[in-house]
Amino acid sequence: MSFQVVLVGLAGVLAAAAPIIFGVIGETVSERAGVTNLSMNGKILLAAMGGFAVALATKSLVCGFLAGAVIGGLVALLLAFASITLRQSQVAVGFVLTLLCRDLAYFLGNPIMGATAPRLSNLPLPGLSDIPVLGVLLFRQDVMTYLSLLLIVAAWLYIFRTRPGLMLRGIGERPSAAYVRGAAVNRLRYVYTVAGGAIAGIAGPIYSLSVKAGWKGTISGLDGMGWIVLAITIFGGWNPFRAAFGAYLFALLQWLGLVLQPALPGVPSQVLQVAPFPLMILTLLFVNIGNAEWVERSLSRLPEPIRRRVARALRALNATPPAALGTPFEKE
Amino acid sequence: MSDPRRRLPRASTTLLQLAAIVLAILLTTLVLLAANAPPVAAYLNILLGAVGSWNVAANVVVSWVPLLLATAGLLVTFTAGLWNIGIEGQITLGAVFTTWILRAAQGTSVDPDLAIALSILAGMAGGALWALLAGALKTFGGVNEIFGGLGLNFVASALNLWLIFGPWKRPGVASMSGTVPFVKELWLPTLSAQSRLAPAAVALALAAVVIVYVLLQGTHFGLRLKAVGKNSSAAYLLGVPTWQHMMISFALCGVFAGLAGAVQVTAVYHRLIPSISSGYGYLGLMVAMLAGFRAALAAVVALFFAALNVGSIQLPIVLKQDSSLAGVLQGTLVLFVLLAQGVRQRLSSRTSRRAS
Amino acid sequence: MQIELREIRKTFGPVRANDGITLSVPGASIQGILGENGAGKSTLMKILSGFIRPDSGAILLDGRAATIRSPADAIRQGIGMLHQDPLDFPPLKVLDNFILGRSGSLFPDRRRAAREFRDLAASFDFGIDPDAWVNGLTVGERQQLEILRLLWFGARALILDEPTTGISQPQKEKLFATLRRLAAQGMTILFVSHKLEDVELLCSSVAVLRQGALVGTARPPYETASLVRMMFEREVAPSRRVPPSPGAPILSLQGVSLEALRLQISDVSFDARAGEVIGLAGMEGSGQSVLLSACAGLVHPVAGRVLVKKRDLTGQSYHAFMRDGVAYLPAARLEQGLVGGLSLSDHFVLSEGRGLFIDRKGAGDLAADRICTYNIKGSPSNTVESLSGGNQQRMLLALLKRSLSLILLEHPTRGLDIESTLYIWSRLQERCAQGASIVFISADLDEVLQFSDRVLVFFAGRVSPPLPADQLTVESLGGLIGGKGWETLGKAAGA
Repeated sequence: MSFQVVLVGLAGVLAAAAPIIFGVIGETVSERAGVTNLSMNGKILLAAMGGFAVALATKSLVCGFLAGAVIGGLVALLLAFASITLRQSQVAVGFVLTLLCRDLAYFLGNPIMGATAPRLSNLPLPGLSDIPVLGVLLFRQDVMTYLSLLLIVAAWLYIFRTRPGLMLRGIGERPSAAYVRGAAVNRLRYVYTVAGGAIAGIAGPIYSLSVKAGWKGTISGLDGMGWIVLAITIFGGWNPFRAAFGAYLFALLQWLGLVLQPALPGVPSQVLQVAPFPLMILTLLFVNIGNAEWVERSLSRLPEPIRRRVARALRALNATPPAALGTPFEKE
Repeated sequence: MSDPRRRLPRASTTLLQLAAIVLAILLTTLVLLAANAPPVAAYLNILLGAVGSWNVAANVVVSWVPLLLATAGLLVTFTAGLWNIGIEGQITLGAVFTTWILRAAQGTSVDPDLAIALSILAGMAGGALWALLAGALKTFGGVNEIFGGLGLNFVASALNLWLIFGPWKRPGVASMSGTVPFVKELWLPTLSAQSRLAPAAVALALAAVVIVYVLLQGTHFGLRLKAVGKNSSAAYLLGVPTWQHMMISFALCGVFAGLAGAVQVTAVYHRLIPSISSGYGYLGLMVAMLAGFRAALAAVVALFFAALNVGSIQLPIVLKQDSSLAGVLQGTLVLFVLLAQGVRQRLSSRTSRRAS
Repeated sequence: MQIELREIRKTFGPVRANDGITLSVPGASIQGILGENGAGKSTLMKILSGFIRPDSGAILLDGRAATIRSPADAIRQGIGMLHQDPLDFPPLKVLDNFILGRSGSLFPDRRRAAREFRDLAASFDFGIDPDAWVNGLTVGERQQLEILRLLWFGARALILDEPTTGISQPQKEKLFATLRRLAAQGMTILFVSHKLEDVELLCSSVAVLRQGALVGTARPPYETASLVRMMFEREVAPSRRVPPSPGAPILSLQGVSLEALRLQISDVSFDARAGEVIGLAGMEGSGQSVLLSACAGLVHPVAGRVLVKKRDLTGQSYHAFMRDGVAYLPAARLEQGLVGGLSLSDHFVLSEGRGLFIDRKGAGDLAADRICTYNIKGSPSNTVESLSGGNQQRMLLALLKRSLSLILLEHPTRGLDIESTLYIWSRLQERCAQGASIVFISADLDEVLQFSDRVLVFFAGRVSPPLPADQLTVESLGGLIGGKGWETLGKAAGA
């Protein structure tokens, strides 16, 4: 396999990861505020269908992407209302919404299956795209891929470097302390849940207008992506850079699956395509394992130098969720 | 994650639940209108598609069986306060184990009835095994049962695909239509040659619901499980071995899920197909939620959902609509019931605060 | 800033937490607020710091009427509160904790904030690294951080709630030096504590609360005895138990050391004998709960042994202790002791049911019988959350197995009326007569003196040797709880 082909393949990995990035960043924002949005899977499908439909109708890609954001935001608003105001379980509502949105997407999208809508084309950056290796890799992508790269940086800057981002982290870790510092906790939770939902919603149209262009209903291969996004959010430790790493890792594994297909004739292609899914989710085990009590106990029995190395490895892997994730907040 | 089974006392529940149903139908009608489909015709079509002939009615029952089995199992895990999203994988593993035994028995001189019985038992074991894995991940690995279950769902589906396209593939070209169908002797007996309705399967499903009902309402284990689900620390102080009971509830749910998978293989498809679990697991979660986690209502709600599913099969052909309309109606129903519950709780807490 | 509270009233249901409190605190002073658990100190401070609104009464700051709507509002008006568990963000860094909540530009100038932090910290001789994680700091350091933050936000009055709980002696001295300096610079400080020595050392004036009312004030030089009398005085002199002849030891703690969130208990040894009642006295958070949990196997000691009826059960689970005849009744009746949503008869089935199937009729009969015996106002099919506190406690008692050797109770009569209290103790004394041993925690000195045979006093993780109850008075016990008089105890059971 020539170097050039590998480069092009890797560039494709970056593009394929773009929607996952949007989803993961959106969910990270929402969960940083303390709200888990399990509706991701259905939301992406619905936003993909809706964005495609709007792009089809208006012939405008911008409208398509905006529609995806709006749909994502609306679904998240519903979840926020049910869980923050009506105090229902975030898990229950999120789960129902994920199934409902998926079925809505298939049902409403039926008439437009197979239609051709404007498709996002690549936008090579003049000058930069001629740089030998990086040019192919980074600067011959489409707008949304560029945006995804910017989004990672912007999200990190916001969460870790700005004042409101600091308050966001505070709300997720200890809402009572944030309340004392003047935060309108529940109102901010609404804002971040909807914002996170809108960002994640953009992932949908990126699929239907770019990566896997078109709406093909149940065989669009999108079903399941949302769960991966949620898993990568946890794997990413609620940190945009680590989450992006997870997204790229996943896209890379999928690409490798395709590439290695001829080299592994005994393994059916479908399996290789599905393999990254369970791999990513099982990493949750390693991410959480450091927290288990029995692990701490067995660790203490190991000889000291080994114990220190294992403990450091576990700590590096560890992803502790925002302490107040999933819990309702009531001013006492 | 809090107790998913926050139940309502009877009084104003009915009013709000009626409102929820009405709103759900209203919303679904709006969706139909948005899709340029005549709502009345669509509902009529679904109705006819479910009860219009003996054939479709039989199909409704065929669809009802695995759904009811899954729901019955989920009632046990919900009682323990668990969200067993991994049920889809448990159904799949049940189907895989069943297929494995049947393939081993095929061609040998083993009595076919014995083979079928063994394969069904194997299916239950397979589902239980998969469920215990999710339970172990939670108890010993600290992995939330939602994501552990989800991950195992993916692993199960990958395993299923690998078997169908790998070691168990059809001779020649592997196909999405699954493994080679079993010989007629290894089919669970159905009502007629054309039907897929196996009375044995229906009996098993009904037995499952009854067993679960008796277990949860009439045994000490069921009461202890309820205590674990409502307040595990108090249950522990009262002497209940909490994590052991959680594991047992996983195993029990796995048994029923595995049974659902076994029925799908032996009675409906007579082979292993890629989508053997067909979403019955997730749908079972919705049935349980809509039935208020009550075993008595579960059978009825499951039948209703099965009817919706089967009834909407004709939609693509007759009205050129996607059959996902059933899912839309099911989803909006559960959603509005959840919202109604929340509204009711808000109103009641507000009045009680005003009174104090 | 001068703070004036006029006729502050606040009721929670039937409880009058603050009953017309009027207090005037001059600026640039340290005002001590003394009172036992439940006296109303925390309610008053919550009102002043904006967490709750008073039912009636007025707050005047510097002579002007003020409405404090929320904690953020309070700090805006210059009142900062340092909670016993500082409301900070453990997973974040010190500098982040410092900056969070301060309004300003989108990108906070971290370098400048770090400089200001270091300068401020240096001026008080606090050695906190702005780059450290808060969950790695000691309690004393977290307090220091919070004080710095409140100062930076412009506080002119500081409320400190039990600040010396869980900090080391050098940190305490540094804290006191800081407070004195702040007061000299014009800060008004309210020092809420139960520790007599601290209050006497630091405060220029002391106000004593009891049962929601301000019962007295004092100025230096302080008379410990009169302070104690104001804090704990009762109208009825407690009656004495007839001390039983001690039986065989049921519970034995040998050199037990425990580590809890903010305190350490070292080397506790005592025996609880058959027929004996041992009371654990002290302010909440002084270590009694941890010790009681260790007696039940709910918490494992880091050193020492726990023996039940001569069997070493150290390190085993609570269920192993249960099998040996131990029962533990938690203070949070509904949250930890009973299962909300289940009925009374369900609880009896849970506790006593045998076999596979529930005998509904038998369960109903058993429930009705127990309800009658224990005088519980409720029917078998009622859910436990519909019972009143007193009836919930009776329920917990009714659930106890027939023959128990050791009964551990955490605040058994908290929030109950006299009638329920006496009834519960009469049942417990019946158990004693049958040979059981009882260890209980109570914040009510009367209860401790009236029903215990021997008392262990807890203060900041120190545990006294078992003291015979008939040799204690309200004053001496109150003094010990407040940290006074420990030198005369001889060898302490834990240091």
